[in-house]
Amino acid sequence: MLARRTGDFDLAEDAVQEALLAAARQWPEEGLPGNPRGWLLQVAGRRAVEAVRSEQARRQREVRAALREPAEPEPAGQDDSLTLFLLCCHPALTPASAVALTLRSVGGLTTAEIARAFLVPETTMGRRISRAKERIAATGARFAPPTAAELPERLDSVLRVLYLVFTEGYAASGGPALRRVELAEEAIRLARLLVRSLPGDAEAAGLLALMLLTEARGPARTGPAGELVPLDEQDRSRWDADRIAEGAALLTAAMRRGPVGPYQVQAAVAALHDEAPTAEATDWPQILALYGVLERLAPSPLVTLNRAVALAMTDGPAAGLALLDTLTGELKGHHHFHAVRGHLRERAGDVSGARHDYRTAAARTASTPERNYLLLRQARLG
Amino acid sequence: MKYMLLMQFSAQQSGEVPPIGTWRPEELRAHIEFMQETNRKLIADGEFVDAQGLAGPETARIVRSHAGGAPLVTEGPFAETKEFLAGYWIVDCESDGRALELAAHVSAAPGPGGRPLNMPIEVRQVMSAPPVDGDHPDGES
Repeated sequence: MLARRTGDFDLAEDAVQEALLAAARQWPEEGLPGNPRGWLLQVAGRRAVEAVRSEQARRQREVRAALREPAEPEPAGQDDSLTLFLLCCHPALTPASAVALTLRSVGGLTTAEIARAFLVPETTMGRRISRAKERIAATGARFAPPTAAELPERLDSVLRVLYLVFTEGYAASGGPALRRVELAEEAIRLARLLVRSLPGDAEAAGLLALMLLTEARGPARTGPAGELVPLDEQDRSRWDADRIAEGAALLTAAMRRGPVGPYQVQAAVAALHDEAPTAEATDWPQILALYGVLERLAPSPLVTLNRAVALAMTDGPAAGLALLDTLTGELKGHHHFHAVRGHLRERAGDVSGARHDYRTAAARTASTPERNYLLLRQARLG
Repeated sequence: MKYMLLMQFSAQQSGEVPPIGTWRPEELRAHIEFMQETNRKLIADGEFVDAQGLAGPETARIVRSHAGGAPLVTEGPFAETKEFLAGYWIVDCESDGRALELAAHVSAAPGPGGRPLNMPIEVRQVMSAPPVDGDHPDGES
């Protein structure tokens, strides 16, 4: 019946699934509606309309991108998109499930598209999504806004999920390609939607700014054969000036609104890189100060690793290496650690140490372009 | 017919191939380009199914279940392993002969001095699901 109305069986099937999920959430709480079948069809119909709308928006965007026309503001978001965000990024879900469910239910991507983006078979992704729905249903979560007390934590997990989608697109954690553009673009689209639902939230705006300011460098990050081009060797004229301007404006407005959170600080670092006319002109003292702030706001060994890079740029490689020495634990087995130490040792003139680090990092990364880059880097020192 | 081509990398390939960490940049670049070109060609010819490189053997672990207790996990690298799997292709090609031809091609990937590495490539046919329509021309023949 719905399939007839929407002319798309898969779409109708998905819409019915969504309605069933809504039913699973609402009926135990509110009791059966007078006419369950009519209710289901009505909800499914609404979901199908939303899906069609977002499909249309997607196609329009693709056409616009193909024609290289400037993007227009997106159509107004649904009232319940924030609630849907919060539900899809429910803390009971694993990050991978939350990512898949968000792309499916909020992003309106088909299961096949999500599967392709994550390089897994469609049936696998289908199961991941339906298990995520079951899990949400099992927690008894309802399609309703969380309480004011719950909101900050729940919002944190939404931001984290969107950031995960973005980083998977920007620096694919495995496989043959360095970037998966469609995931990064999808993350930006979803972040825009979130910012529209939460115009006063400085961190949501900070996250969108971070994505725009980072993805602006995307085109220059890969060479003709898909190889990695490091920041200091990128052709800065290929950076996307519009995105940099948009990200910087968003960030400035967000920081004025406060409070300053980790995404805004990371966006500020990205903005400093983007605004430097040459690698040498980068404002490293400011970046070092920002990583210091980030270390207090959201301490992690990865942040310290980044601070060591900035410190090496302001105070010399020996200072950076000394800070790396203070790192302990799991990060020391991670390819990021060895890649960073290799760079700092290279700058400090420790050729054999640098070669050893590059080789170790190459053996540990799961990204092919990154491995090639690291092997070449160490070969150059030979 | 589908075949898996397993690329073995030998730590001591009769002593003549130095470890990849000692190659010159242009030798490495030629090797990387050869592999990329191979995949492009397989895709263009409609024979590509899948190709994956594996992270280094340093990160390998071997797991055995252990009656009643926690599983036994042995961390790599494994000194006793002289050869390790570096990656694989799955190709869908017309004949057994074609699979061997593709294997020979990738075996000759360039190494130091541009000389072919002559890596051992293990060729294994991927078993197909039983034909469902009873009219499946492929088979052992």
